[in-house]
Amino acid sequence: MKPTDITSPDYFHKVVDCQWACPAHTPVPEYIRMIAAGRYADAYMVNWQSNVFPGILGRTCDRPCEPACRRGRVEEEPVAICRLKRVAADNKGDVSHRMPAIPEQRNGKRIACIGAGPASLTVARDLAPLGYEVHVFDGAAKAGGFIRQQIPRFRLPEEVIDEECGYILDRGGVVSHMNRRVDSLKGLLAEGYDAVFVGSGAPRGRELDVPGRQEAAANIHLGIDWLASVSFGHVTSIGKRVIVLGGGNTAMDCCRSARRLGGEEVKVVVRSGFEEMKASPWEKEDAMGEGIPILNFLVPKEVLHDNGHLTGMVFEKVAAQYDEKGRRSLKPTGEPDVTIECDDVLVAIGQENAFPWIERDAGIEFDRWGLPKLNEASLQSTLPQVFFGGDAAFGPKNIIWAVAHGHDAALSIDMFCNGEDVTKRPSPETQIASQKMGIHEWAYDNEISLDLRFKVPHLPTDKSLRDITAEVELGFDREMAFHETQRCLNCDVQTVFNAKTCIECDACVDICPTDCITFTENGEEAELRTRLKAPAVNLYQDLYVQDGLKTGRVMVKDEDVCLHCGMCAERCPTGAWDMQKFLLETAKPKAHACHSR
Amino acid sequence: MTFLPKPKLHHPKLPTNTVGLTRRDYEGAISTLCAGCGHDSISAAIIQACFNLSLPPHRIAKLSGIGCSSKTPTYFLGAAHGFNSVHGRMPSVLTGAYLANRDLVYLGVSGDGDSASIGFGQFAHSIRRGVNMTYIVENNGVYGLTKGQFSATSDKGSVAKKGAVNTDQPIDLAAIAVQLGATFVARSFSGDKEQLVPLIEAALLHEGAAFIDVLSPCVAFNNHPGSTKSYDYVREHNEALNKLDIMFNRQEITVSYAPGEVTDVVQHDGSVLRLRKLHEGHDPTNRASAMHHIMDRKAAGEIVTGLIYVDPEPSALHEHLGTVTGPLNALGDAELCPGVDALAKVNASLR
Repeated sequence: MKPTDITSPDYFHKVVDCQWACPAHTPVPEYIRMIAAGRYADAYMVNWQSNVFPGILGRTCDRPCEPACRRGRVEEEPVAICRLKRVAADNKGDVSHRMPAIPEQRNGKRIACIGAGPASLTVARDLAPLGYEVHVFDGAAKAGGFIRQQIPRFRLPEEVIDEECGYILDRGGVVSHMNRRVDSLKGLLAEGYDAVFVGSGAPRGRELDVPGRQEAAANIHLGIDWLASVSFGHVTSIGKRVIVLGGGNTAMDCCRSARRLGGEEVKVVVRSGFEEMKASPWEKEDAMGEGIPILNFLVPKEVLHDNGHLTGMVFEKVAAQYDEKGRRSLKPTGEPDVTIECDDVLVAIGQENAFPWIERDAGIEFDRWGLPKLNEASLQSTLPQVFFGGDAAFGPKNIIWAVAHGHDAALSIDMFCNGEDVTKRPSPETQIASQKMGIHEWAYDNEISLDLRFKVPHLPTDKSLRDITAEVELGFDREMAFHETQRCLNCDVQTVFNAKTCIECDACVDICPTDCITFTENGEEAELRTRLKAPAVNLYQDLYVQDGLKTGRVMVKDEDVCLHCGMCAERCPTGAWDMQKFLLETAKPKAHACHSR
Repeated sequence: MTFLPKPKLHHPKLPTNTVGLTRRDYEGAISTLCAGCGHDSISAAIIQACFNLSLPPHRIAKLSGIGCSSKTPTYFLGAAHGFNSVHGRMPSVLTGAYLANRDLVYLGVSGDGDSASIGFGQFAHSIRRGVNMTYIVENNGVYGLTKGQFSATSDKGSVAKKGAVNTDQPIDLAAIAVQLGATFVARSFSGDKEQLVPLIEAALLHEGAAFIDVLSPCVAFNNHPGSTKSYDYVREHNEALNKLDIMFNRQEITVSYAPGEVTDVVQHDGSVLRLRKLHEGHDPTNRASAMHHIMDRKAAGEIVTGLIYVDPEPSALHEHLGTVTGPLNALGDAELCPGVDALAKVNASLR
């Protein structure tokens, strides 16, 4: 194998599994250390810089960081990253003075953002401090989009939404046009904006197409529309027996909302198996904890009604079968159909994009799934001044992806307005610095906690089910949060090896608690992986290889289960190992603007 | 300054041996020796060897004297019996323990000061008597705890860290062990676990006096140019006599070698020491040949390592003395107090 190029920004970034997995590349270990030190406001600002909505995401994020967390590979469960983020938001105090200044002097460029969801608000957040005049349009009365309309209040209190949208909309540089639905792209373009960002989401719920659907329409509701009505207070009750169709997070929100609005027998019915459901495991757990059964492998067949009055639904039993390519299909088992009686049905079987307001001759090309044709990195459409992001870009994803798109689009818009090539993306900014303070002293806490994951306290079910606005998760208190922070392995503190000073004494090999380090003859990667001190079977994780040793061997470190405990560096007599903190910030318009000046 | 314990978390695929333990279960407390000390590598090799042999840790007794090397038993086999004796007196304490309980596996750990200076006589007599033990000397050629004076194994002409040149002749403990009748003698290097681990395994299996001289560089006081016990010097002058593989009962032997290349030494317990010959003219089962080879290669400026001598039919002190077959702590009242008649018999035999 060739020696690893650790100067490539991707190499050490990938070692920080959580940051690499986060679409917005939030420097997770950095803010977790700040929470441990009681620096909540600092931790909040690190988050705010990367993901814009720490308080919202700390309650609702899909947490791609947690399955990636290294702790989950050396112990049972990952660090509760998401809930620690909320701790930073809950305890930060007043941070308004730390927000970037909005300059009095405008730069003369006007940007339109369509939709006031997380993607558009991120674009506005990134561009307003640079002097752009950002106009945000939304058909609803308040900003937030999906966050405000579809996420139930018992998961996300409205004050948190108001506060974090406020940091973007209420500090100047951004003009809000609420209650104004854009119904013509051409018309908007004619208003002379320098660039347009489309962050209009995936606003259409997928329909149920079975006999009886139309006849019983009065008691069959599309999940996202129903959630919005609940959120706005238009709907305050539901029948006693409710069926929720669908296995995603929207279905979980629907069933738990129904439970709070009078639903006594609420059941979730899903086509697929329990494991394949799209809903996050913790959301399924919370739903079941509220007495909601999840019934799997049942495909809707018919809606039963009596003179236009819904009485129940019939489902066909299926089982998963896999063909030789491993593709799954659901085949009827031939068992008798299942009939479930109900008063209301909530349909949460998916969302679709819809752009009825974009004229087909406006210059924007769409693919055969009805999604805009975009450059994946720049998010630029076939009409150069129009950019897409969030669910509007590649179909329904989640908040953190919307934020990541917002950053990318803001960077593109800034480059576009400066006449630069938007496909030439600037590199992320990286810093790396030794943490050594003494033979056994480091600027980070390298002691490894053996605590298992702490559970976030919940409001008792008898209280939470009575009030749809009562937040269920109470969040970690400061002490619990501290103990949870100690589970973080500080994966951003990198093990950096210098072959020139190594005397090959084996001290690092002997002390490494997870058998990561091997000194051996070089070879091809596949073969080398088999003859390390512990076989390196996780192919997703890189091998760190350095040559230049006196014996002609190479140092090979399997990054997979390194605890970043620094024992190798503490035990190294010559300082050939050093622990160095690696910080990476994705390119933002701010950095870009500084660079071009 | 703090010494954090080694984190308990381990590799998720860490294997277990036939007694259900992982290698990590054979560790001890965190080492307080200097970073990079060869002794820590030897501790790691002992841990690996005991794991590989599936020895139950509580059936091992580790004994040591005084010195950096003699601190190391704290850093391995935390669940074994231990005794940290007076300087140089490990061999006699070990002999006593062995006489009292012949069922334990005895591991003596000592250094060049502990065994070649203050305890030289003790070392000699424990070997000479054939105590069933594994005697490991962690040999760095200096007194590390007193800041680097030459020890009795330091080579003539070796240069100390501050520039003084050693004018005394060195004691070659391996050569002396062969001469004193040890039935297993090996030499190795702390920086070469591939060689060291099988040697320790073989020594632990050997039912007689097994001696291993392990060159173990002192990073603080004897790892500089001019030293003959530095990592660089030992690597440059290391001449391995053979490569050792150990095969246990019922284990299939699949690798084949040309005749003359391999010596199989079948041990008492049925295990086989398979030695792949790397040096012409050395017969590891012939005491005179082994002795000659050590001297010959030493004159050529080489450090011979590997299995130097092994007697496939060793005998140990208990057999020489005709003692009871079990440990003394298992003897009942009847055996311990055989009565007036027995006493009378003994007295009569002495009249």
